[in-house]
Amino acid sequence: MNDVMANDSNLIQGRTGAWEIVLGLEVHAQVISNSKLFSGAATAFGAEPNTQVSLIDAGFPGMLPVINGYCVEQAVRTGLGLNAQINLRSVFDRKNYFYADLPAGYQISQYLQPIVGKGTIILDLPDGRSREVGITRLHLEQDAGKSLHDQHPKKTYVDLNRAGVALMEIVSEPDMRSSEEAAAYLKKLRSILRYLGTCDGNMDEGSFRCDVNVSVRKPGGELGTRCEIKNVNSIRFVQQAIEHEARRQIELVEDGGTVKQETRLFDAGKGITRPMRSKEHAHDYRYFPDPDLLPLELDAKWVESIKATLPELPDVKKARFIKAYGLSAYDAGVLVGERETAAFYESVAKGRDAKLAANWVISELFGVLNKQNKEIGDSPVSAASLGELVDLLADNTLSGRLAKDVFQAMVETGKGARAIVEEKGLRQVTDTGAIEAAIDKVMAEQADKVAEYRSGKDKLLGFFVGQVMKSTGGKANPAMLNELLKKKLAG
Amino acid sequence: MTKITDLTIAGALDGLAKGSFSARELTQAHLEAMAAARHLNAYITETPEKALTMAEASDQRRRAGKAGAMDGIPLAIKDLFCTEGVPTTAGSHILQGFKPTYESTVSTNLWKAGAVMLGKANLDEFAMGSSNMTSYHGHVANPWKRKGDPSVLVPGGSSGGSAASVAARIAMAATGTDTGGSIRQPAAFCGIVGIKPTYGRCSRWGIVAFASSLDQAGPMTRSVEDAAIMLGAMAGHDPKDSTSVDLPVPDFRAALTGDIRGMKIGIPKEYRVDGMSAEIETLWAQGAEWLKAAGAIPVEISLPHTKYALPTYYIIAPAEASSNLARYDGVRFGLRVPADTLDEMYELTRAAGFGAEVKRRILIGTYVLSAGYYDAYYLRAQRLRSLIARDFTEAFKQVDVILTPATPTAAFAEGENSDDPVAMYLNDVFTVTVNLAGLPGISVPAALSAEGLPLGLQLIGKAFDEATLLRAGQVLEKAAAFTARPEA
Repeated sequence: MNDVMANDSNLIQGRTGAWEIVLGLEVHAQVISNSKLFSGAATAFGAEPNTQVSLIDAGFPGMLPVINGYCVEQAVRTGLGLNAQINLRSVFDRKNYFYADLPAGYQISQYLQPIVGKGTIILDLPDGRSREVGITRLHLEQDAGKSLHDQHPKKTYVDLNRAGVALMEIVSEPDMRSSEEAAAYLKKLRSILRYLGTCDGNMDEGSFRCDVNVSVRKPGGELGTRCEIKNVNSIRFVQQAIEHEARRQIELVEDGGTVKQETRLFDAGKGITRPMRSKEHAHDYRYFPDPDLLPLELDAKWVESIKATLPELPDVKKARFIKAYGLSAYDAGVLVGERETAAFYESVAKGRDAKLAANWVISELFGVLNKQNKEIGDSPVSAASLGELVDLLADNTLSGRLAKDVFQAMVETGKGARAIVEEKGLRQVTDTGAIEAAIDKVMAEQADKVAEYRSGKDKLLGFFVGQVMKSTGGKANPAMLNELLKKKLAG
Repeated sequence: MTKITDLTIAGALDGLAKGSFSARELTQAHLEAMAAARHLNAYITETPEKALTMAEASDQRRRAGKAGAMDGIPLAIKDLFCTEGVPTTAGSHILQGFKPTYESTVSTNLWKAGAVMLGKANLDEFAMGSSNMTSYHGHVANPWKRKGDPSVLVPGGSSGGSAASVAARIAMAATGTDTGGSIRQPAAFCGIVGIKPTYGRCSRWGIVAFASSLDQAGPMTRSVEDAAIMLGAMAGHDPKDSTSVDLPVPDFRAALTGDIRGMKIGIPKEYRVDGMSAEIETLWAQGAEWLKAAGAIPVEISLPHTKYALPTYYIIAPAEASSNLARYDGVRFGLRVPADTLDEMYELTRAAGFGAEVKRRILIGTYVLSAGYYDAYYLRAQRLRSLIARDFTEAFKQVDVILTPATPTAAFAEGENSDDPVAMYLNDVFTVTVNLAGLPGISVPAALSAEGLPLGLQLIGKAFDEATLLRAGQVLEKAAAFTARPEA
């Protein structure tokens, strides 16, 4: 484990002083592949129960597993994306236990010799700091099926569609110290997997599932006993679960009790964790190498060839955005979170004012997408038309204010910025004469207000700006208007 | 005139080619013989209609000039091979009612070669046993009897039904599987030929697994030539089995040249074990003499880790079995004993579905794999396995094949040995090393004991060198001139 200095801001105050939370995460990431890890059955989400099950997945007599090379490639790609060691020789083991949705009575997994060894991941924290978290390992394993307990009052139904689907279990070192860090870790890991195209990271559909190991200790002291919180299915719940569990452990210890090593579940309704089963009663999995599968031997050249196809990953992209576009670390971090977002931004920024482009993507476009609950891929405004808008701002065709109106119209109609400007005649007025005429007209109509202004009530400037804007249909160039207005009012 | 059920595969293929009889007639003759020999209990399921349909299709193919390598040859299929639409029991109660929707690769290969299925042969439950007394479907009787002694003898195990049916002429040949000697020991007990091919030579796909790293399918026949013909039809790379080897299948029949001049025959000194009968020791020496007379050179060799083979085997095989048999849980197929909870359903189903020997091995396997014992048992057994395999690698630097007895005794009577599982396990003492090392081994009938029972000799070959093994085996067969046959 990396010895991480406690950051004071992460400490929790208990009755007996400060406590440090120690967190390690295990993520089960479903591999993007058309067929399962050891069979040719399909893997699509949401199919009718038991329609994507081969005899192998159902554990029928005489059935044998055959490794899906594409899933191996995906695991290697992921390992490379996590800057991890790729083990050219790995072994599939059997993890033996009985459950109705585990057809063969064992899960094929990797135990002592996983396909991917130690790696690292860099967390981008909300305060702009970055820090490294160690990856212990990544191994390939089969998913189990699903037991449906709510379909019949007395019976349990079993859906084996998921049985045998390839999972990557990605285990972190106990390097995280707060629920924010855990959240940052999950976000970053998900971002990397999505960039790589190895996992869709969808927590709702269960393709990105998380177990959290939580313990507490006095800062820098001995590691405490840990509890594992199983299968937490959103990042927000992960944070809540950690907060609650750490608090529970601290109170327990401060009251003279001891933490029992056990598996707990997070009850999202109540916001608490409760025991699932204790480790004393845990299964003895009787791991041993699966005799139906030969050890997995990879060719170093093949691994290199995969490395050559890796996309630019978020950390590298972020550094490039900061350097090439002069963005803040925060803005760059936001833009590189999703590969599609970064590509969208780059397309908007290309040949334009990159910071202006970043502002429009981050504050305006993301605002709309959030409100409409949409992904960048479904954006009502294309990168090309947002680029047009930035151009119109740059050449003074539009003022910032007008641009917001145009943008609103773009969101509503899906039309391009230029088309809307033409259609609505929203071109900004930069003709000094026209602006002066409008000012003169307003001043003539509001002679008493002019007098008040001139007698010292200079707060009325805003009122005049508003009146002139109104009379020009909002099209007057604000900077010119301000300047001319001040000059005229001054007499 | 000889009955057509007495023919070898080679002889029957000749007769079929000449039109002396049809595949239908050949099959019909076997079906009648089967009906007359039901007291042997060699078959769990007979498939006469399927057999006749397949035989008629074979006759049509032959008329069309499209006959395969085994076209029209009626076979018994060990009931460990999944056969599409035909009940497959593995000799166990727990597979009650199970009819696979698929066909094992080996049996598929045989049907592609034109062979005909007579039925499913009885076996020890999940292939665990050396006597065929652990089958849920009852004991198989060895067609041989001791001179002047009416006691029913065991046919050996686990492919006892296969061996008995071939010896009793109620199948022209049969498939077997061999995990620790389950082809070679019953072949020796029943006076027939049985070959366990190199691990990886035949696909395991569709064969109910006992111990995956040891199981291998092979032919059981009445001559070495038949074994060569049938192995050629069964073997081959199968992408559905990751441990199946992608190597061409040689023409094994063409390898039977009879010429073994200069071949070096290893005689391992460690195979002189306690409890081996004097007549087997004599036969072993005789075997070496026969091969020497044909121009081969006997060489004394050492396989120093032989004494660890049985304990090693009885750790690895149950370990894998305990895991392989976990799928028989009452959830998806076979027997289910209803209960209120899932755990209780498992317990009741497995308690009712498995026999004593299977339970014993599941418990041993669970124990040796469990936390705290893994290093002491399983891991050490794996290390010993490597040492045993290395013994053979060293030996094969000096010799081409190795000659040993096939079994320590002739067939025993039902009830003898059965109260002592360890005594029963000793039956495999000459055969298990070959499974642990993944090598091919053949058992050839070589003599009759003083009591009038068949005795076998075993030859062990280099990996994927079945051709040499068969060639030497045929020389042994000719020298022994074993022509005796059971009366029953």
